[in-house]
Amino acid sequence: MADTGFLPKENLSALLEALSKKFQVFAPVLEGDIVLFKRFASGVTLCLTRPANLPPKGIIFPQSEALFNFNFKKDPEDAKKVAIELKENLDFSPTIIFGSRPCDAQGFRIYDRVYLETDTADPYYKGRREKTTIITLACNAPSPGCFCTSVGRGPAETEGSDLMMTELENGYFFEPITEKGEEILKEAGLEDGSAYKEQSQKLHEKVSALVKKPFTTLEGIPEKLLSLFDNNQFWEEETAKCISCGACTYLCPTCYCFNITDEQVGNTGERIRSWDACMFFHFTLEASSHNPRPNKHQRLKNRVGHKFSYYPKKYNNVIACCGCGRCIRYCPMSVDISEIVAHAQGA
Amino acid sequence: MSSIHNPYLPELATVIKIIDETPNIKSFQVILNDPEKMKNFTFEPGQVGQLSLFGVGESTFVINSPPTRLEYLQFSVMKAGEVTSAIHELAEGDQVGVRAPLGNWFPYEQMKGKKILFIGGGIGLAPLRTLILFMIDNRADYGDITIIYGARTPNDLCYKEELKEWEARSDLNSILTVDAEFPGWDKRVGLVPNVLKEVAPSPENTVAITCGPPIMIKFTLQALSELKFKDEQIITTLEKRMKCGIGICGRCNIGTMYVCKDGPVFSLTQLKELPAEL
Repeated sequence: MADTGFLPKENLSALLEALSKKFQVFAPVLEGDIVLFKRFASGVTLCLTRPANLPPKGIIFPQSEALFNFNFKKDPEDAKKVAIELKENLDFSPTIIFGSRPCDAQGFRIYDRVYLETDTADPYYKGRREKTTIITLACNAPSPGCFCTSVGRGPAETEGSDLMMTELENGYFFEPITEKGEEILKEAGLEDGSAYKEQSQKLHEKVSALVKKPFTTLEGIPEKLLSLFDNNQFWEEETAKCISCGACTYLCPTCYCFNITDEQVGNTGERIRSWDACMFFHFTLEASSHNPRPNKHQRLKNRVGHKFSYYPKKYNNVIACCGCGRCIRYCPMSVDISEIVAHAQGA
Repeated sequence: MSSIHNPYLPELATVIKIIDETPNIKSFQVILNDPEKMKNFTFEPGQVGQLSLFGVGESTFVINSPPTRLEYLQFSVMKAGEVTSAIHELAEGDQVGVRAPLGNWFPYEQMKGKKILFIGGGIGLAPLRTLILFMIDNRADYGDITIIYGARTPNDLCYKEELKEWEARSDLNSILTVDAEFPGWDKRVGLVPNVLKEVAPSPENTVAITCGPPIMIKFTLQALSELKFKDEQIITTLEKRMKCGIGICGRCNIGTMYVCKDGPVFSLTQLKELPAEL
């Protein structure tokens, strides 16, 4: 890997402005009292002091996107004959996600196994993912609800990121992880950062020790959850507070389920893909009115099961939760997935 | 169109024939508009397709014509929700979209040389039909074939013309039943699982393949177990709400398995290893 870099704090905006000439740059921006990933432009208020309320997943996997357009064309000779034209758009722009957190970047790795590393890769995800460079900011303090170290990750974990940065007293220390990250670092033309490497590592270790640990081992969790599958009492108690609002899934860097719907106005329309949530009654409702998950405890069980049992069983024991804690911080009923898993472990 | 394969983009197709099967089931025969693609289209018996009505949406149906007869693809559609109701309004010549084939298929290679027992109810005959016709077209590969098929009333039986042909064939044992006495019906009366127990086929060297409404499946599995069929001798094909059809969108999972991609065909042995969430 190329050398490391160092950027004095006052030069941050200039760097983002320079990168914006070649890429569409998304960065955490303060809007009211929430932090969202927005297109960087001069004058925005960057906020790097706490994780964004929403992860950057929507930049690669938009909340709603047209898979293709359809067009009905009437035959001028025969009014009853209608031909259909389909048009897809798979053209994506070079993009930088700046200031994601390690958990956010790892969220994309959870997606990758499902959307890329399969015989039917998703061309929309693939197109955006390949054109995106992820510059991740290591956490220098845990946020309420964070538990990344319990799911085999950490506040300076590099997996999924192209370029890591660590905030030190006077500036940012940069370390490339991939070739893409190396190129950006070259482009940025920063001063040599090797003098800050040790300081940065020490900070990572310090922060890592501060993250709460609701459970100390992942050993046996996937099997344990399966063995509790038919224990309705356990799941009803654990999910008693849940109101099936689905906020947890929308805020989750690893929740990847979607719906497909059609919208049509006149002779043209779109087939649209939108985020969906297994917390919703309609998610599995069949046209016959049969529903395999009619009750909320069955739906939350699916969410916990997917992240801590089904996904790891399918993908080499990788837990599909990166411990970002958003579903805990922002749940209106204070449902805590880490508690549910810890209770399952002890049940 | 781009060179990257886009699994979400349907092939345009034309409805060439519509058959009224029952008061709420119609069969649609479609051909892909691109003659080259139609000529090269292949699939395995039991695989499904997504049928698209642009502006309304997509639904998953088994391709119930067999791969041995590729002049067209047939889908049978029961009117139940928004998409199926709109599909029922189609006319011959109308344009639709098809994404197929998707999912797995019946393990017909392993069934060679065995006796085959089909047990179907209502629209559940659709996935069995593809395999029955496939086996008729490869008749020498299989032993005795028994078909037990039932519906609520005689009017609710699908593929009525074909059922007559099957009954007339000496190399098929077709048993038809309806739930209750009906004017003009002189065949069996009784629920499919009960008729199965009456017929009591031997499990020896036999594979049972069943599809029908969930309640029928439940009692059919019990009946098969009473008849000493082992789990690995029983095969079924499942339904779930589906969207993407390629194991990504997340809604048709049973534990680790996605019915659209890892299914819809499962042996009872496989199903018993999964969480009970049908």
